[in-house]
Amino acid sequence: MADSDSAASSQAEVSAEIAALAAEYAGTGVDETQPRLDYPPYRSSLLRHPTKSPHLADPEGIELWAPCFGQRDVGALESDLTLQHSGEPIGERIVVTGRVVDGEGRAVRNQLVEIWQANAGGRYRHQRDQHPAPIDPHFTGAGRALTDADGVYTFTTIKPGPYPWKNHRNAWRPAHIHFSLFGTEFTQRMVTQMYFPGDPLFDLDPIYQSILDPQARERLVATYDHEVTRPEWSTGYRWDIVLTGSHRTPLDEDDA
Amino acid sequence: MSRPPTPGQTVGPFYGYALPFPDGHLLVPPSHPQAIRLHGHVYDGQGQPVPDALLEIWQADADGRVAHEPGSLRRDGWTFTGWGRAATDDTGHYAFTTVAPGPGESGRAAFIAVTVFARGLLNRLFTRIYLPDDAAALGADPFLAGVPEERRGTLVATRDRAGLHFDVVLQGEGETVFLSHPGH
Repeated sequence: MADSDSAASSQAEVSAEIAALAAEYAGTGVDETQPRLDYPPYRSSLLRHPTKSPHLADPEGIELWAPCFGQRDVGALESDLTLQHSGEPIGERIVVTGRVVDGEGRAVRNQLVEIWQANAGGRYRHQRDQHPAPIDPHFTGAGRALTDADGVYTFTTIKPGPYPWKNHRNAWRPAHIHFSLFGTEFTQRMVTQMYFPGDPLFDLDPIYQSILDPQARERLVATYDHEVTRPEWSTGYRWDIVLTGSHRTPLDEDDA
Repeated sequence: MSRPPTPGQTVGPFYGYALPFPDGHLLVPPSHPQAIRLHGHVYDGQGQPVPDALLEIWQADADGRVAHEPGSLRRDGWTFTGWGRAATDDTGHYAFTTVAPGPGESGRAAFIAVTVFARGLLNRLFTRIYLPDDAAALGADPFLAGVPEERRGTLVATRDRAGLHFDVVLQGEGETVFLSHPGH
């Protein structure tokens, strides 16, 4: 039986749980575009998922608006995670860029995007990260940017490494960059993770696999894009983000 | 044509050096004449406090106006931006300093919109914190009327000495009513 505190399970046991849930999902014919909150292979979810269905609410009042961020909030250099210290961080320098749009494909303009990630060795700059990989004194791993008039964000960073965690014995997370996103309405707020193409850890990872629909979880995987590389400087990835629906029409003050 | 949304993922355990920012929990300075404390705990399904949760609030000002001002991340102490972020501490406690939002649309009780993130929570949760004082407004609110009576109280803060108290219960007895939105 799954236990939220123990790392007693093996990868084979967790993989079998993942496979059983995937097979059950494939038989339902229902599209689940978001992760399941109740996903026992991710042990920490056991006591932290609501058991009751969410209550359907029409957004009203404040929920029809999103917080506003601007250049007062975000410095121009905060989107380059390789410039935050006196020296160059270790690792593969990459550009990550993409467009943030709402469910109707409209650009989410001038909005805050926050990222955080492990360093090239898979170590976070966080006091609770006990992974004995080296801390890079030249890499913090947190950045911010505002989307431009087309909804485009761009970060320069270091490709993060995979890292071990204690979900089960010898558990490893696929390399990822955490993203925090706002839309034009409060109800579009979301936090997610961007992954890199072809990661051999995808099938083993209960957080990635908690999105049961294979096409849906592939939306979290960036694409290598030679067009966004910089000669003699960095490789590049493209990752576009679609926020959940939008209710307010563009007639409102945004375009006034 | 509607596009399939990008899925969410857990905030994980290691956001602490990235998402919190100085004065994130201070929507107004504590010296503001109308300042109140909005605080409480986040609990899991065994009633244990959740020390690695992150709450964000978004609200109108004391007059019910929605702010369209940048500056939340670098507060100047004067501009009301309406948005704040606070992590829970080792005891699962969070606290904001803010003002009670003024009345919203007519016939609707005033509330503070909330997003909850945590390690172990695979996607963010939305809820609302309603103000406890105006019983008539709460009683007449059409949204609250649609929530089963025995769970309605999970959406309403209680008064305490410094302001408002509101616990988030992720699971089990007293589980908070969380929201989904049409088209989302």
